[in-house]
Parts: sequence; C-alpha cells; structure tokens
Amino acid sequence: MGITATHMLIPGLPLLAFLVNGLFGARVIKEKAHWIATLAVAGSWLLSVLTVLDVLGGKTYYGDVYRFITSGALKLSVGFCIDQLTVVMLVVVTTVSTLVHIYSIGYMHGESGYWRFYSYLSLFTFSMLMLVMSNNFLQLYFGWEAVGVCSYLLIGFYYNKESAAIAGKKAFIVNRFGDFGFALGLFLVFINFGSLDYKTVFAALQGWQSPVLHVMGFDIDRITLIALLLFCGAVGKSAQFPLHVWLPDAMEGPTPVSALIHAATMVTAGVFLLARCNPIFNMSHTAMSVVAVTGAFTALFAATIALVQTDIKRVIAYSTISQLGYMVLACGVGAYSAGIFHLYTHAFFKALLFLGAGSVIHAVHDQDIRNMGGLFRHMKTTAITFWIASLSISGFPLLAGFFSKDEILWLTYASHGSLGKVLWMVGTLVALLTAFYSFRLIFLTFHGQFRGGHEKEHHLHESPSVMTIPLIILCVGSVAAGWVGLPPALGFENHFAHFLMPVVGHPEAHGSHGEELMVMLLSIAVGLAGIGAAWMLYGKKSDIPDRLAAALNGVPYRWLQNKYYLDEFYDAVIVRPVIWAARNVLLPITDGTIIEGIVNGLPKSIGWFGEKLRSLQTGVLHHYATIMAAGAFALVVLALALMGGN
Amino acid sequence: MVPVTWYMALSAAVFAIGVFGFVTRRNVIIMFMSVELMLNAVNINLVAMSHYLEDIRGQIMVFFIIAVAAAEAAIGLAIIIALFRNRPTAHIDEIKEMGG
Repeated sequence: MGITATHMLIPGLPLLAFLVNGLFGARVIKEKAHWIATLAVAGSWLLSVLTVLDVLGGKTYYGDVYRFITSGALKLSVGFCIDQLTVVMLVVVTTVSTLVHIYSIGYMHGESGYWRFYSYLSLFTFSMLMLVMSNNFLQLYFGWEAVGVCSYLLIGFYYNKESAAIAGKKAFIVNRFGDFGFALGLFLVFINFGSLDYKTVFAALQGWQSPVLHVMGFDIDRITLIALLLFCGAVGKSAQFPLHVWLPDAMEGPTPVSALIHAATMVTAGVFLLARCNPIFNMSHTAMSVVAVTGAFTALFAATIALVQTDIKRVIAYSTISQLGYMVLACGVGAYSAGIFHLYTHAFFKALLFLGAGSVIHAVHDQDIRNMGGLFRHMKTTAITFWIASLSISGFPLLAGFFSKDEILWLTYASHGSLGKVLWMVGTLVALLTAFYSFRLIFLTFHGQFRGGHEKEHHLHESPSVMTIPLIILCVGSVAAGWVGLPPALGFENHFAHFLMPVVGHPEAHGSHGEELMVMLLSIAVGLAGIGAAWMLYGKKSDIPDRLAAALNGVPYRWLQNKYYLDEFYDAVIVRPVIWAARNVLLPITDGTIIEGIVNGLPKSIGWFGEKLRSLQTGVLHHYATIMAAGAFALVVLALALMGGN
Repeated sequence: MVPVTWYMALSAAVFAIGVFGFVTRRNVIIMFMSVELMLNAVNINLVAMSHYLEDIRGQIMVFFIIAVAAAEAAIGLAIIIALFRNRPTAHIDEIKEMGG
C-alpha cells in the first residue's frame, strides 16, 4: 500500500523541531528548547506505535513520495518502506530517543548551547528515521551520512575541549573509510541492476547469475564484491574491527548522546543494513563467512579490552562494540532475526547502562571508576537499574539480553558447517567476559568504599526524577523486551522471529531441542561464572586484581590497557604518513607550486600582457593612423598572396 | 576611351596621397582633408568599375558614400571646433590625453 501522511510525519516532526530550534534557538527559545524537541520526538513515537499496530495487523507500505532526479536510467526518489524490519527499528529509535530527550532535560540543564544540543538531537532522530524508513539505497546512504554528521557534531559538542574536537574528527574520518566502500557498493548495485530501489534490486537478484571477476589473481563473484563493499559501510558505522577505534573516543560527547547514538541507534545501522540487504548477502557464502568471522572476532576483541578499562563510559563503549559484534555474527550466520532481536533488546539495556553512567557522572563529576565505589547507598534508583541492565547484558535468565544472546549463540551453533561451532565457542567465551566486565564495573562503582575523598562523598546525591524516570522505563524494557521472542526449545513460539520472517526469512538450524537446551544452560553457566569471578576479584576486598595485573604486566595487561596499541599502530601507519605527505608533498608542491602557481600566475600574466598592450595606446593619432594603414596594407598583401594562383 | 586601369591607378594614387597626408601632417584640418581624399579615391574607383561593368549599382553606392562623407565632415568639423574652443592649437601632437 502507499505511503500516508502519518508515515511522513514520523521523520517530519523531528525535522520540524530541528528547523525551529536551529533557526530560533539562539535568540528566542534558549532554555525552552527541550519542549519543542521532546514533544516532536514523542509525537514520532506515538505515530510509530500506531504504525507498529498497523503492521502487526499484516499491512505493509511501500512507495515513492517525491522524485527529485530523473536522468536516463537513474531515477532518484524520496520514498518509504514500512515493513516488519522497519517498524522494529522505528520502535527502538523513537523510544530511546524520546527517553534520552527527557533525560537530557536534567543532564544538560544549564549547559551553554542547550538549544544547540536539542536541535542536533532532533536532526539526528530525523536522519536515523530516514535511514530506517528508506525504500532505496540512496536515501539509506543519505540517512547514513546524516547520522554520521550528527554524531560528529554531538561528539564535538564541547568544542572548547580539544579532546572532544579531535574525537569528533576521528569518528568522522574513520567512518569515511567504511563509507567509501559503501558508496562503491552502491555504484556496483546500480551498474548491475540499473536501480537503487530495494524492491527492484532484490527482485532482480532472483535467478541472477553473478559474473566472476578476476581481481589480482583472485576470482570474486560480483555479488560477493557488492556484499563485501556494503559490509565495509557496516564495519565503519557499527564499529567492527578494524574500524572500531572511533567509538571509544566518541565517549567525549555528552553521555545522553553516547546512550542514543553510540549505543542504541546509530551504531546499529550497520546491523540494520545487513538485515535489510539480506537477499544480497544470502547469495554469497564467502561474504557471509567474512561477516560472521568479523563479528565474532570483534566481540571477543572488544570484550578483552573492556576487562581492564577504568573509564566508566569506555567500559560500556567496548561492551557496545562487543555486543555489536554479536549482532554482526548473527547476520553472518544468516540469523538476521536474531541479530535484530539483539539489536532491539540491546538498545534498552545499553541505553540504560549509559544513562545510568551519566547519572553517576552527574553525581561524582568524574568518569574514573577507581575514584568511585559505594555509590549504592547514595543513588539507589540508578544503582538498581544499573544492576538490572548488567544482569540483562550478562544473559541472566528471563531478562531481555538472555533471550536475544541465547538465540544468537544457538543459531550460530546450529548453523552450517564447523565454522559455526568455532564461532559459537568464541561467542560463549565472550558471554563469560561480558558478565565479568559488567560486574567488575558494578562492584567498583556501586559497592565497597567511596574512593573519591570525603569532600566529594558529602555531595553525592541521586539525580532528579526527570533523569531517573527514563532509567526506570528503560529498566522495564531491559527486563521485558525479550519476552516477545521466547525460544522454541522451552515450548514457546518465537513471535519476534516469526514477525520478521517476511523480510529476513528464516534461519536454518541444524540441531535438536536437546542441543539447544545445552547451549542455553552453558550460556547461563558462563554468565553466572563471569559474575562470580567479578565478585571474587572486585566484590570482596581482595588484592588479587593488583597481583594479577602485576603478574601479567607486559603482554596481556599492558596490551589490553592500551587497546592492543591499535591507535598507535594506525597513528604510525596511516595518520603520520598522511600528515607527512601533506606537509612535505601537498603543501609545498601541490599547493605551494602548482595551485598557487596557477592561481597567482593567471592574474600576473594578464597584468603583464596588459602592461605591454598599454604602451600601444599612445594617444598620438599618427601612430594609430600608421598602424591602421600598415594593417590595411598587410591585409591587401595577404589577400593577394592567398589568391595569387588565380 | 580611357582604359579602366588608368582610373584605378588614379584612385590608388589619390588614396596613397590621402594616407600619406594623414600620417605625416600635424594640422588637424589638413588631416581631415586627407581623410576626404581617401574617401574620394574610393568613389573614383567605384564609378570607374560601375561604368566598366555596366552596373549602375556602383554609382548608387557612390551617392551614399558622398552623403555619409558630408555627414562625417559636419561632425568632424564640429569636433574640431569644439577642440579649438578648449585649446588654442590645431597641432595634433599636443593632443594625446587618451594615451595609456
């Protein structure tokens, strides 16, 4: 069915709020900016819920709204596709966005640039909604880049702070690497299928024989190439290895931004892309394996780093990368619905963790967990919700994270071939690490003695209710969000996977219910083991962590603390050579000699020529007459010479 | 019957005298007369050719040229008089304000 005004208003309202706040925020609206932005996004949320009910009733919508370029075969439109996958994203984006808007009223209170913050948030929400609601690749790309810009703007929100400005640039530039591949992928899609429209492209895939390309001695299916290039974009946006380096630094932004953009919504765009383009990925076994291995490796890689970080937001950031790895892994084994399911539950508990961390930072004015401890007594709501979110992410039975993570682990285990078994083992190991670092964070932050000094302890306080109420709502989500996708092994029907089936199909699972129960029990066991280990090391008073750090000082410990020196590696291999080339080649030669030579040389030579020409203009009439006569004579001679033969 | 080449030689001679006068003399009035000479050299040429080719259109053209020359003379003299009012000389070398 066609698109209606209701659908267009979902991204339209935040866009309107952005325009109003952006144009009038500085002079007129100022401290009231949150009213416009929050009401707009709440309106989007309401309309999204109505749309969900509509789609639950079996209706889907698809259509172009406005064609803005027609050039030969290239037809570019603004269009929407409202299907099962889209509405899941709509719920996630608008719910978390609304709660973050409300939370920010408390968190950002009194900040300079308050209106700026809210106009960026609205712009982000608009862009993200355009991304997920798009019915063609170009609009997807538009949303993709627009959320990238908003991410850049919001990371660098405190632009006076040099580290924030650098982190914003880093996020933007690292994403360029991925997006370059993504853009090439789109070009290939257009070349091969003559369209960027989802339906047209996916229909053309049916029975398409992909030509084999010979690239540097390798034979690559063109469909594999397309899939891998699209995956490049996902690697950048969803912070997968090796382009994950921007996400931890993105924590320089205000904490609500970290919750909304760098945990719940924007970074999941890559997973959404994989699910949306599942017909393309399904055609290439190679690309799927690359996706799965990248996801599993990233999950493990980031989880190990999270073990030793001491900045509360960075621990959660690495946890986000790790969980995104899970989602990518799920897509890589064909279990798109499980990936999206984890995306959906993760949005609740990860946004909650970030907002809880924000609440803690609001109270302590510090981000280093070594200077915290014992906060449970002072901020009960924050602490309890943080506990529940951590239990959820650790896969504690019956909480949201348990069902989604378990489904990923099971479908990885049950996927085709021995690769699945290896990846499942990695995934289970990551589950152990996840529980460990999450509860290390809890014990260091909320339990034990406060380590930040008496003066500060005196000022500890719970955050205002405008901040705690979103925490409570997200907490409900972290508990109950998973109940829409209960595992069949326990005798339930997985409504969530069933709902998404028309879009992403059904994953193949080779295995019995018994095996599924075994996988489930094992993941519960490792989760509890991780929590127990964290309690042993950090919950009780113990010097084991210090002794361990001292014993493993060197390769494991210092490498982890320095994030495997990957930033240093990139700095040495990419950043420095580029800066060197800019200083020594581009600046003096390209810019200094060639460009400046042209730019300055052109007026100079015109001036020189004019100077010469000027001396002809003597003002003496006889000179003119002589030149004219000579010219006429020359013309006659020329004419006679040319006609000489006749 | 005078051959047409004689007329053309005369025309060329008158034209050359005009050019020579225009280039070498310094008096504005003389230069002006030289221009008229050149115009009339053209006229001689046109009339001779018209007669030779038995085509009356050449002579009609000459009437136009005479009319234009008259208009040009009127304007030219007006300019010269305007010049004299502003400076007491007819010596062209002293007038070169337009020089670059």
